[in-house]
Amino acid sequence: MRRLQNRPHLLEVAYDATEKALQPFKKVLKPGGKMEKVFVKGEKLTKGMIFDCRMCGDCVLHSTGMTCPQTCPKTLRNGPCGGVRPNGHCEVKPEMMCVWVQAWGRSQKMPEYGKQILTIMTPVSKNLAGTSAWINDLNSDKVKKVPTGWSEE
Amino acid sequence: MKSGSRLERVLRSGRFAVTAELNPPDSADPQAVYDHAVVLSSVCDAINCTDASGANVHMSNVGVAALLARAGYDPVVQFACRDRNRISLQGDVLGAAALGVKNVMCLTGDGVQAGDQPEAKPVFDLDSITLIRTVKTMRDKGRFLSGRPIESPPKVFIGGAENPFAPPYDFRPLRVQKKVQAGVDFIQTQYCYDMPRLREFMKQVCDMGLDKKVFILIGVGPLRSPGAAEWMRTNVPGIVIPDAIIERLNGVEKKKQRTEGKKVCIEIIQEVKEIAGVSGVHVMAYKQEELVAEIVEQAGLLPRYWSREPETASNGHVASRN
Repeated sequence: MRRLQNRPHLLEVAYDATEKALQPFKKVLKPGGKMEKVFVKGEKLTKGMIFDCRMCGDCVLHSTGMTCPQTCPKTLRNGPCGGVRPNGHCEVKPEMMCVWVQAWGRSQKMPEYGKQILTIMTPVSKNLAGTSAWINDLNSDKVKKVPTGWSEE
Repeated sequence: MKSGSRLERVLRSGRFAVTAELNPPDSADPQAVYDHAVVLSSVCDAINCTDASGANVHMSNVGVAALLARAGYDPVVQFACRDRNRISLQGDVLGAAALGVKNVMCLTGDGVQAGDQPEAKPVFDLDSITLIRTVKTMRDKGRFLSGRPIESPPKVFIGGAENPFAPPYDFRPLRVQKKVQAGVDFIQTQYCYDMPRLREFMKQVCDMGLDKKVFILIGVGPLRSPGAAEWMRTNVPGIVIPDAIIERLNGVEKKKQRTEGKKVCIEIIQEVKEIAGVSGVHVMAYKQEELVAEIVEQAGLLPRYWSREPETASNGHVASRN
């Protein structure tokens, strides 16, 4: 399943399809509702298998080359740190490939969302941990992902 | 002027800037800080106060910076995301500004595994880019991340780091661009020993027009011996030293290795000075601070324009520059 990550374009298409498929059910998919439990289980299983998902509840996979930034030991969301080893491995875990080296490489194969890697990701809201990222996305008006003072105004 | 710091004034006036890194003491004695600072003060525009660099605990960044500010130096206080969450970082920025610190540098920070207390809990609540944007929000919008207003915003010059010598190489200039979008005013890079790589990086930076939007200072430093160089590239995250440099140090007799290391550093500074888009150098002489003055002098970067902050005389006139 992990190998799917090296087909980021495929995952891009899957992401779009899932988003479209969920839109009609917006009314029943509420944070804290019955369906959320089902979604949490489903996300843990599927995203866990493909992306080693850490259930941060604020999923930005399509903006980070279909590579989960929460798997970076420093949980960096905006690019690699300065400690990446010359062989492209992680500073903290030398046996592991740098998450951002992978993310950058994969983003280059994503015609639709590849450029998103250049936009600034907001800091993760720790209080969303363990919730369903899909349901949070569908209820972006109710679920607070971005700090109040973050906006450009 | 965003902060009025000496570093900002030097950079905005178009002069080639020199900053230096101070190794904070393992001591509660302020004199230890001044002993380190005095050898740097006359040859650089600003002094970086590290934040437990390499994840080793020393006197705190804000402590060192406050002592330097009190003595009339221009400190650059470094904040790493490793040890503090957003609550602490924002409070520390206000505290540092209140103590007279005018330059704030935002870093990711080395992992805790690099230091002498690898059992510590790493925080990484923000990353360097969201921290830059947070400090900019505090300064320009006058509010915390929560949206709460700040009575008197911190007037600071915002710095960031970049390592052109670490993969993924083609993402590095884009990361500078991201930092510029987030609001960075100046960048200090990791040690440079690989000139071809630096030239390539600076070319991309200039092609993207970033050199017009951010001041870039290249990190340089003397190598004490081939053994020390080998240790640094093996143990300090992000430091790349080409074999050719180590061979060059090995090529001279033991007694002359330190002088050769200094010579390499001076040559690198002279090459860096000629590269388009470079606004200055950041000298990091780990445990060899006494060499910084010689390096800056022999690289032809003296006189520095302000050896000390121009004192505002009681009649309001600023003392003339020497």
